[in-house]
Amino acid sequence: MATEIINESLDDAHTDDHHDYKMTGIKRWLYTTNHKDIGTLYLWFAFIMFLTGGALAMVIRAELFQPGLQIVEPDFFNQLTTVHGLIMVFGAIMPAFTGFANWMLPMMIGAPDMALPRMNNWSFWILPFAFAILLSSFFMESGAPNFGWTFYAPLSTTYSNGSTAFFVFAVHIMGISSIMGAINIVVTIMNLRAPGMTYMKMPLFVWTFFITAYLLIAVMPVLAGVVTMLLTDTYFGTSFFDAAGGGDPVMFQHIFWFFGHPEVYIMILPAFGIVSTTIPAFSRKKLFGYSSMVYATSSIALLSFVVWAHHMFTTGMPLFGELFFMYCTMLIAVPTGVKVFNWVATMWRGSLSFETPMLFSIAFVILFTIGGFSGLMLAMTPVDFQYHDTYFVVAHFHYVLVTGSLFSIYAGAYYWLPKWTGHMYNDSLSKWHFWCSLISVNLLFFPMHFLGLAGMPRRIPDYALQFADFNKWVSIGGFAFGLSQLIFLAVVIKCIKGGKKAPAKPWDGAEGLEWTVASPAPYHTFSTPPKID
Amino acid sequence: MTTKKYESYYVPAQSHWPIVGAVALFMIAFGAGNYVSDNFGKNPTTDGYGGYLLLAGIALVIYMLFGWFQNVINESMAGKYSHQMDHSFRQGMSWFIFSEVMFFVAFFGALLYIRTFSVPWLDGAGNNEMTGAVLWPEFSATWPLLKTPDGTETTGMGWFGLPLINTVLLLTSSITAHFAHVALEQNKRPQLKAWLGLTIFLGLAFLFFQVLEYSHGYSDEMQLYLTSGVYGNTFYMLTGFHGMHVTLGCIMLIVMFFRILKGHFTPDSHFAFQAASWYWHFVDVVWVLLFVFVYIL
Repeated sequence: MATEIINESLDDAHTDDHHDYKMTGIKRWLYTTNHKDIGTLYLWFAFIMFLTGGALAMVIRAELFQPGLQIVEPDFFNQLTTVHGLIMVFGAIMPAFTGFANWMLPMMIGAPDMALPRMNNWSFWILPFAFAILLSSFFMESGAPNFGWTFYAPLSTTYSNGSTAFFVFAVHIMGISSIMGAINIVVTIMNLRAPGMTYMKMPLFVWTFFITAYLLIAVMPVLAGVVTMLLTDTYFGTSFFDAAGGGDPVMFQHIFWFFGHPEVYIMILPAFGIVSTTIPAFSRKKLFGYSSMVYATSSIALLSFVVWAHHMFTTGMPLFGELFFMYCTMLIAVPTGVKVFNWVATMWRGSLSFETPMLFSIAFVILFTIGGFSGLMLAMTPVDFQYHDTYFVVAHFHYVLVTGSLFSIYAGAYYWLPKWTGHMYNDSLSKWHFWCSLISVNLLFFPMHFLGLAGMPRRIPDYALQFADFNKWVSIGGFAFGLSQLIFLAVVIKCIKGGKKAPAKPWDGAEGLEWTVASPAPYHTFSTPPKID
Repeated sequence: MTTKKYESYYVPAQSHWPIVGAVALFMIAFGAGNYVSDNFGKNPTTDGYGGYLLLAGIALVIYMLFGWFQNVINESMAGKYSHQMDHSFRQGMSWFIFSEVMFFVAFFGALLYIRTFSVPWLDGAGNNEMTGAVLWPEFSATWPLLKTPDGTETTGMGWFGLPLINTVLLLTSSITAHFAHVALEQNKRPQLKAWLGLTIFLGLAFLFFQVLEYSHGYSDEMQLYLTSGVYGNTFYMLTGFHGMHVTLGCIMLIVMFFRILKGHFTPDSHFAFQAASWYWHFVDVVWVLLFVFVYIL
């Protein structure tokens, strides 16, 4: 009886697997249920959004090249910083990681596809529409949102321009997309692991995406809730964030950061997963302290729910609150330190080689740690009173998001490009990409620390004369960094079009099921799961 | 058994429903954005097209849900789904309900923050003595907040009467939903139909009384409006979102009822029914919390 069922369903699987392989043209991408197609869509969408958000940043840096107002009006400047932040967070980094998840998770755990393939397609195709709505407000009379990506009330309620409703509904459908994507990841990992792959045998990459997906399911609905209150406050006369009706603008910040702090780990935990894959591969050693990495990732995720108010030290919270959130925040340095230690220990006495993914990974470890240290400085309440809302904060989160998340995305992209395209990327061009990015990114963000410590406020289109020199260098670094990313575009296009044929396993130190299938990976992999011992 | 568990995961062919759904969500979001900014924005107009776009989007979502679920039901009836697939659906539904819980957490969090911190602080509690004395000298903190700092007055909604009846109705409906499930598992179809029908009836009765309660609130006597300060805000937003979820739950149960009439579901394969009943228990639990924190306390 059991065998009959197997044969029947296998036959079904075959018919369903093969007739769609021939599908070509636009319909392939619009109707696809294939995790690799959807992963590709996510990655390209993320890159396009990255260039869009980057273009906005270029205008910001051009305006800040010298003191005084040159290029844009202050209100438009605010729109630029707001949309730059929203696009980079929700449109570039998060979809890029979801793209990695889609491409790699089923292959890494030996599954035929994601658990809910049609929903997977839906989660992706919501995103372009959501960002079309967000960006369309640039062309409206009211202009785009101008209240910062954190949309604090009452800037976003009483004092907002007319596009708040579009912003709110765009965030709603982005949230729907993220939640469905995260549910898909969780279910795939819980339910589709190959026989024998216990939780503690999963690659660390899988673990980090698993935990990230939980964070998403837990906090994206809270974001939906807070933007809903924002909507009713702005348009329907409620007073959640208005003291005149008994509410409190500070409550907005509490609810927002209850979402927002786990959100920043949503953008860094997958990065940990990627470098925990690449560093062992190019050190030709097993990852040092696998189980401690799992526990560290989980503790970071748990702690992320009790540290949110460290973004709000200057709002006049009760002293107990300030102390509680300060100590909890510092606690996060412990599991993060465990991770950094483990990466370094993995490299220790390894036979290292410095292919481009490894270069990006090493840069990640060093520069992310700098971002982590400035985070520790910001975590100290009395010190934060000085740093709050200065360029020091901007420097901090760009070190963790650009040299952290983005560099890990590059590390992962170079590492798996041969698997995705079947070709090796152009090595010298990729090295140019790395070195140009590395130098320019530090020129771009490192002087911001000094600017911030000297008191330059963020989100201001003009500044005092004493900040002029640093800002000039920051802008030069910014333009150079922006241009360097076009090298990556060239590398990817060249790699898709041709190049040296990639073997199934181009990296001799690489481990994992994805290297057991051909390069490029066949359209359907692991229709029958492999056995793991 | 183990081989069966692993070797028959069904990967569906291409489908056009997701993209239809994405377009529909775009129409809803963009339509709602236009509708809200046109009608409730700073310069209200009524000649916008947003409302039509919104309605068309909702219609398209309903069309999409019919088509998509029809596909899934046909695949399921054709026996293409394995136990593993069933697990995926169940886990997917449980995590979806968890995300719904977190949505309510945001609003309950707001309610508790307002009651514990923001209202007392406006009256000078904690280290905010000067806030009370300088900004709102007339204001005194109470809950329900019947007079806001800027002087809007309203009436509190008591827990006795309609809310209590509604609590009984919804709690009973959770029990009848469970009996329906038991009847399904024992393959007692007539009992299943009766218990499920009763559950739907209780749900609809709940919604009816909820609307009646709102009409009391919006009467001239009570003057409890959505705009009546944070008490009205939290009252209507929490009960309103709960009511929307009850409506959705009712629709799910009604669909299940019709599927049962058509002879769907067997004692060991009834994911959709189970999902609808989980959802029903979830709205029930939310109501109990609402009854305690919004009405009684």
